[in-house]
Amino acid sequence: MDRFVWTSGLLEISETLVIQQRGVRIYDGEEKIKFDPGTLLLSTHRLIWRDQKNHECCMAIPLSQIVFIEEQAAGIGKSAKIVVHLHPAASNKEPGPFQSSKNSYIKLSFKEHGQIEFYRRLSEEMTQRRWENMPVPQSLQTNRGPQPGRIRAVGIVGIERKLEEKRKETDKNISEAFEDLSKLMVKAKEMVELSKCIANKIKEKQGDITEDETIRFKSYLLSMGIANPVTRETYGSGTQYHMQLAKQLAGILQAPLEERGGIMSLTEVYCLVNRARGMELLSPEDLVNACKMLEALKLPLRLRVFDSGVMVIELQSHKEEEMVASALETVSEKGSLTSEEFAKLVGMSVLLAKERLLLAEKMGHLCRDDSVEGLRFYPNLFMTQS
Amino acid sequence: MAMSFEWPWQYRFPPFFTLQPNVDTRQKQLAAWCSLVLSFCRLHKQSSMTVMEAQESPLFNNVKLQRKLPVESIQVVLEELRKKGNLEWLDKNKSSFLIMWRRPEEWGKLIYQWVSKSGQNNSVFTLYELTNGEDTEDEGNAFPSPPNFKKNFLAMPQGL
Repeated sequence: MDRFVWTSGLLEISETLVIQQRGVRIYDGEEKIKFDPGTLLLSTHRLIWRDQKNHECCMAIPLSQIVFIEEQAAGIGKSAKIVVHLHPAASNKEPGPFQSSKNSYIKLSFKEHGQIEFYRRLSEEMTQRRWENMPVPQSLQTNRGPQPGRIRAVGIVGIERKLEEKRKETDKNISEAFEDLSKLMVKAKEMVELSKCIANKIKEKQGDITEDETIRFKSYLLSMGIANPVTRETYGSGTQYHMQLAKQLAGILQAPLEERGGIMSLTEVYCLVNRARGMELLSPEDLVNACKMLEALKLPLRLRVFDSGVMVIELQSHKEEEMVASALETVSEKGSLTSEEFAKLVGMSVLLAKERLLLAEKMGHLCRDDSVEGLRFYPNLFMTQS
Repeated sequence: MAMSFEWPWQYRFPPFFTLQPNVDTRQKQLAAWCSLVLSFCRLHKQSSMTVMEAQESPLFNNVKLQRKLPVESIQVVLEELRKKGNLEWLDKNKSSFLIMWRRPEEWGKLIYQWVSKSGQNNSVFTLYELTNGEDTEDEGNAFPSPPNFKKNFLAMPQGL
């Protein structure tokens, strides 16, 4: 019994669990040891026993210490047992539950059965001797007795413990994060006061807003991430960054646009560009501002905004108005079409298909039928037929 | 004397029952509606209607096509007719209206022409004679019923 050493019960990297069994009591020779029945685990390298009530009480014996094993059948009032004969303990052995023992064998008593399977597996491991092929560092196998505060990672209890730790950690993080939010709320209150004051002043036309207030206002906006509230500056002349970005976009988007018939919605562009970039993603704002400069910079693409507000990027060579003529043909052929039907026929996204049909309606080529059945477009017979 | 009413081609065109957003298209659409309303009322000899009746009438509700002109759009059509002089609201709530498929001025002119033709200037007529007399039956589709008729007299050119 002195061959056992204290252990954390954690498996090493090359060590794998083979089988485990609850309700096993260990006998030192013929005597019961003073521990209650526990869980016995067989790994590729060791035999580990852990107290069921006190999980930190965990001991192990390397399989290399085992000489041979034999079965002992159950009797009346006696559980089935496995007798394990052991080599003498090594002199440099780590501390264990027993300093010395007169017996060179132990018995494993299976109070909750499972002895047959365990014996089979143990015999297998003894035959295969897998521990010889996958050495584990000696010092890492053991540990100086049960340590409070260490998270045992073995078994369901280990998992539960880990989850609890994680939950506590998350809780802490969230509280920290909300600290920022409460700071933001305090600032927001100030901002609201200031903006109300400014709004009132404007309403009453009571002189100018003092420079101090303007500066305060701007600084608040800056701290919230709105770089420059004066839109004329950002739109009109644009910044160097947006100009560069616009040129870059022109390069990236040329091929995809040609593939898609010369027109793409801005959301498609956003996804495409950011996917290509991987890191250093573009914000939607930056994308829009860069696109607004495309035409001014005489690049081969342009940004177009439809009446409905949908934004698209078009090749300069793309003439949406001409596409309308072909749309009219398609609709006339089929009598009438919904946006979805048209999209499917032509192979476009429904969003862009709808925009094309709406443009055709605006130009007077199509008219609409809006009913519970949905929105359909017809050739504009009001104009063509008297 | 109800003839079978011949619906115009627009009546079988689903977009006819949706108010068109395109301004030019809408103009054509409303013009078609106006003439349809007038010819319908003329044939069915209907000179007044409520908006509720209008909604359910086959005029604005094409059951076979499964389309009906929504009430807001009906209001737009009625307003068009009013602007043209073919419609008058009978109440402040705009729930019932008078349809004049010939405007009062047009009637006035007609009456005058008829009277002159039959060489009966400077005679006195009763309203009854004018509306029910044998001579008047071939004029258009007979003069409209008394409530309207007064208006027509008032609209007649000064010479009478």
